Amino acid sequence: MNAIQNVNGQPLTGGKDASAERQAGKRQDDAPLLSVRDICKFYAPGKGCGDVSFDLYPGEVLGIVGESGSGKSTLLSTLPARLQPDSGQVIYNSAQFGELDLYACDEAERRVLMRSEWGIVHQHARDGLRMNVSAGANIGERLMAVGERHYGSIREKAEEWLTAVEIDTGRIDDRPSQFSGGMQQRLQIARNLVTHPKLIFMDEPTGGLDVSVQARLLDLLRNLVSQLGLSVIIVTHDLAVARLLAHRLMVMRRGEVVETGLTDQVLDDPQHPYTQLLVSSILQN
Amino acid sequence: MSSQLSSQLNKPATQTAGAEGYNFAYLDEQSKRMLRRAMLKAVAIPGYQVPFGGREMPLPHGWGTGGMQLTATVIGEADTLKVIDQGADDTTNAVSIRRFFAKTAGVETTEHTADASLIQTRHRIPERQLRNDQILIYQVPIPEPLRFIEPRETETRKMHALREYGAMQVKLYEDVARFGHIATSYDYPVMVNDRYMMDPSPIPKFDNPKMNQMPALQLFGAGFEKRIYAVPPYTKVMSLDFDDYPFEVQSWEESCSICGSDHSFLDEVIMDDAGNKMFVCSDTDYCRERVEQGFTAENPEGQQGLTPEPNQSQQERKTQDDTKAEEMAP
Ligand SMILES: Nc1ncnc2c1ncn2[C@@H]1O[C@H](COP(=O)(O)OP(=O)(O)OP(=O)(O)O)[C@@H](O)[C@H]1O
Ligand SMILES: [Mg+2]
Ligand SMILES: [Zn+2]
Repeated sequence: MNAIQNVNGQPLTGGKDASAERQAGKRQDDAPLLSVRDICKFYAPGKGCGDVSFDLYPGEVLGIVGESGSGKSTLLSTLPARLQPDSGQVIYNSAQFGELDLYACDEAERRVLMRSEWGIVHQHARDGLRMNVSAGANIGERLMAVGERHYGSIREKAEEWLTAVEIDTGRIDDRPSQFSGGMQQRLQIARNLVTHPKLIFMDEPTGGLDVSVQARLLDLLRNLVSQLGLSVIIVTHDLAVARLLAHRLMVMRRGEVVETGLTDQVLDDPQHPYTQLLVSSILQN
Repeated sequence: MSSQLSSQLNKPATQTAGAEGYNFAYLDEQSKRMLRRAMLKAVAIPGYQVPFGGREMPLPHGWGTGGMQLTATVIGEADTLKVIDQGADDTTNAVSIRRFFAKTAGVETTEHTADASLIQTRHRIPERQLRNDQILIYQVPIPEPLRFIEPRETETRKMHALREYGAMQVKLYEDVARFGHIATSYDYPVMVNDRYMMDPSPIPKFDNPKMNQMPALQLFGAGFEKRIYAVPPYTKVMSLDFDDYPFEVQSWEESCSICGSDHSFLDEVIMDDAGNKMFVCSDTDYCRERVEQGFTAENPEGQQGLTPEPNQSQQERKTQDDTKAEEMAP
């Protein structure tokens, strides 16, 4: 993983442990990266998400779990204003713009964030990749979008990131359509990380992959997240994925958050009956 | 706002010089007014695609209704019209369009670039440097340079509005990755006035440098997609490139077999069944003019020590580099 550290040039943060310290209030000097207050987005009663509030701190991984249709994806898309909310407020602490009210600010600013400080990893890699251009171009696009105009260095960074996500650099000129599902997903991650985003939104990044492929991807994600000190909001209905990646969990049911807490607490000692059901059904299979 | 366009716009609504039974230059005045409004907006926002509504010009498919509509809208009785297709004045298309306006507007037509006040073109920019009292009207098939990477119109509009042009650079990246150089040679995207990405229509990239700081007004019409865009006189037009793969125009080992020019865009002509080839200027008027001045293939320097026309494209290419150098200077 050396390539990543070199590319990023950022000091490593302690990942899960660092966050635990934060939870314990030892690093109160850090302002939240994202402050979410009472956001609502409903397509119909019970369909969507409502009254969601939380703070996300730098370097923290928040897992959103819940059964199908509970509003996880809706929430994930509403946070960065990819979906228009019904109500609520999200404040993002931007390196470029300072504190930004995401629903009140200019769309231009959000779109700048989308290609610089944020990353979005879709469940279906083809939704997040350009399938008709090469892997190198897929990675290079964000660099070019933020003004990189030197072909040689774009190429070099694309190779570094292919290596970082364990794709043979010899595949740099191949199109994603020639890649396996797991490779496409790793390419999507590389494409997002190349501009060193601070905050990544992921929706079921391991969904639809074979179990062994899932395990490898999870491993990779976990390493990247801790080495780059990324803040992540990850949606999954797979509690094993949540256990492995997330510092904190938010449990959703019918559009509402029923329980939040440190991952181990929520999974080992669930308080809400719904969470207890969710955890026990996992244990049963 | 260019003076020649505003004088056209101030023309009286009805003119009588055209063929009987038709309005002047065929197009009805209501459509012209609407097109003029779109044109004014286009000139005011260089490189921005202005949509227009209104009727189709009732012409056979392939005539290039976008260019025709613009020509019909700006042409006046005093104009002299030149029409070129791939650089030539004598193709079926060019001849038909010239005749059409001679008949419906009663205007003079010419094949001489220097004598034209209005030039409608498909696929070339004349080699001879255009003047400020001339208007160049391009026929455009696909006006949206971002279309290949983003099919949604709502999204491309947003990309233009927010100047999100990284995806365009992807196209050039793919070229270099595949061919080792920027292989795009027609329809080569340009940035206008440091603001809007523009499709220069399918001209060879050889002609791109001529667009930069051109004294003549450049108008672009896409009939099928109903879009007008413009480059006002003396506007910066830069071709996209990479720092380590700078923009370059086509060049030839050969010279023109007729006039000996080593600096114009050359067409390859197959001479016989044996596959023998020769190269001639694609701009037929430029070639003819040089021959009249005494330049020949055998005597490319010209007779009686005549100096050749300045090599416009090389001159302008310097301009692109100069502009870059200026921008890099502290
Ligand atoms: N565009 C839409 N229009 C109308 N209803 C929608 C729309 N998108 C989602 N819904 C509904 O909103 C509810 C929440 O959907 P959402 O996709 O957020 O759930 P989820 O928790 O991500 O589910 P899954 O685990 O299946 O992905 C569901 O009932 C869904 O049918
Ligand atoms: Mg979902
Ligand atoms: Zn010639």
